[in-house]
Amino acid sequence: MDNTIIIEKSVIILVVFAITMVMAMYSTLAERKIAAWLQDRIGPNRAGKGGILQPLADGLKLFSKEEFEPDTPNRFLFFVGPAVAMSTALMTSAVIPWGDHFHLFGRDIILQAADIDVALLYVFGVISVGVYGIMIGGWASNNKFSLMGAVRAASQMVSYEVAMGLSMIALLMMTGTLSLREISLQQSGMHWNVFYQPLSFLIFLICAFAETNRTPFDLAECESELIGGYHTEYSSMKMGFYLFAEYANMFISSTIIAVLFFGGYNYPGMSWMVENVGVNLANVIGIGVLFAKICFFIFFYMWVRWTIPRFRYDQLMNLGWRILIPLSIVNIMITGIVILRHEIAIFLGF
Amino acid sequence: MIHIPDFAHASTVQIIFCFLAFITVITAFLAIFSRNPIHSALYLVISFFSIAGHYLLLNSQFLAIVHVIVYSGAIMILFLFTIMLMNLNKQNEVHKPRITRLGAIVSFCLICIVLILVFINSKPIAGEYIATGEDYQSIKVLGRVLLNEYMVPFEFASILLLTAMIGVVLLSKKEKTEK
Repeated sequence: MDNTIIIEKSVIILVVFAITMVMAMYSTLAERKIAAWLQDRIGPNRAGKGGILQPLADGLKLFSKEEFEPDTPNRFLFFVGPAVAMSTALMTSAVIPWGDHFHLFGRDIILQAADIDVALLYVFGVISVGVYGIMIGGWASNNKFSLMGAVRAASQMVSYEVAMGLSMIALLMMTGTLSLREISLQQSGMHWNVFYQPLSFLIFLICAFAETNRTPFDLAECESELIGGYHTEYSSMKMGFYLFAEYANMFISSTIIAVLFFGGYNYPGMSWMVENVGVNLANVIGIGVLFAKICFFIFFYMWVRWTIPRFRYDQLMNLGWRILIPLSIVNIMITGIVILRHEIAIFLGF
Repeated sequence: MIHIPDFAHASTVQIIFCFLAFITVITAFLAIFSRNPIHSALYLVISFFSIAGHYLLLNSQFLAIVHVIVYSGAIMILFLFTIMLMNLNKQNEVHKPRITRLGAIVSFCLICIVLILVFINSKPIAGEYIATGEDYQSIKVLGRVLLNEYMVPFEFASILLLTAMIGVVLLSKKEKTEK
């Protein structure tokens, strides 16, 4: 019994790892294609049919480039930076429920690597640790521009984590659980959280943009001011790791948005499908639906990138501290009043 | 009553515990002894992570994750931030006068006394929960206990934090107007 669980979980972990990698790889192509489409260009179309092999070509190029190292007293930390960025980008996927469950070989297989009690907090923990990859890398580069980029990225991520956490509290008050699996289950039958917590969703979405350092909040790599930001000194695959981590983060944050607010793997008529067609097929469609939602949000990230120009740094901080945090506190209060409306009515004597 | 585990017959948990304890202590010492303040801070981060590992060994997931979020994710990031921005290194390290060092030792001893007294007087209440079969590590039980039995100390802690926050804002404002 124990061994089957280990095999089952290992298979899930491997598959999730592979999917994250492939999604991150093809996000790079999608980004360039969407950029081209929005700017009325063609985009990469030389490698393979319609540029489908472009990510492989990019990877090969990055691997075979010369490895340049700056003259830094912290060579070890220079290596650690990209490694931390990449590992934290991949760690979050452990708690995401990709589907409800399969019924195979006479047993139920839960489509999640780890169903822990504190899954949502785990996600926040990994996000907050992700800052280290950028800070260590930027500092170890021994370059003023890198350091400024790293400090900017870190302060931005720390500031937006606050608003992100507060926006989550309103959601948690409603769901009453931190387990992502339970949150997904609660949303079955179109009871998507986005209909109940639109403000929380909006704040979370904006913060997700800031956490992944994407435009309009990509001040960390603002070319005209900071050259390349924290990865100025990086070259070859170490640079590739930073870029790859950004795309992996984008994939994971799209997944979390889909799971928390858009019902995860749930789709209209899922319970009907489970009863009439079978658990396995219903869940295969569920995984497909989840990935469709994820792809939409990845597209949304890219769409915003080519639509909205970069913010100024003070605008970014004002938005985070003076608008988003008070808004999320108001949201918490409104949610609390709505949840306790009966008690309040009794208290006031209605 | 120090229990030294027999390595030949140690259980997995004991081996993991020894490993984590080793990392915690070594990195804690390195945090004190390393010359570069950034390295110090990073060693401290590793130390915090292994402490979170200890919490996981005790099966308290909530405490482990919150420890990572608060200490590694927030406090140490701000530490690193300050060190990086102020560009501290051993050249401009301030030499501490003897009275400050003495004060540090005295306050450390006082904290030790308080901690020892707390540990002696604390009584484990896990037994009651084990008797009822309730998972006392779960966030539901934790939240209930914290907001029912320990409501007043909990609120006092938040007032303390709020006071500190207002104090920081006040100090930073004051500096600006004087310039």
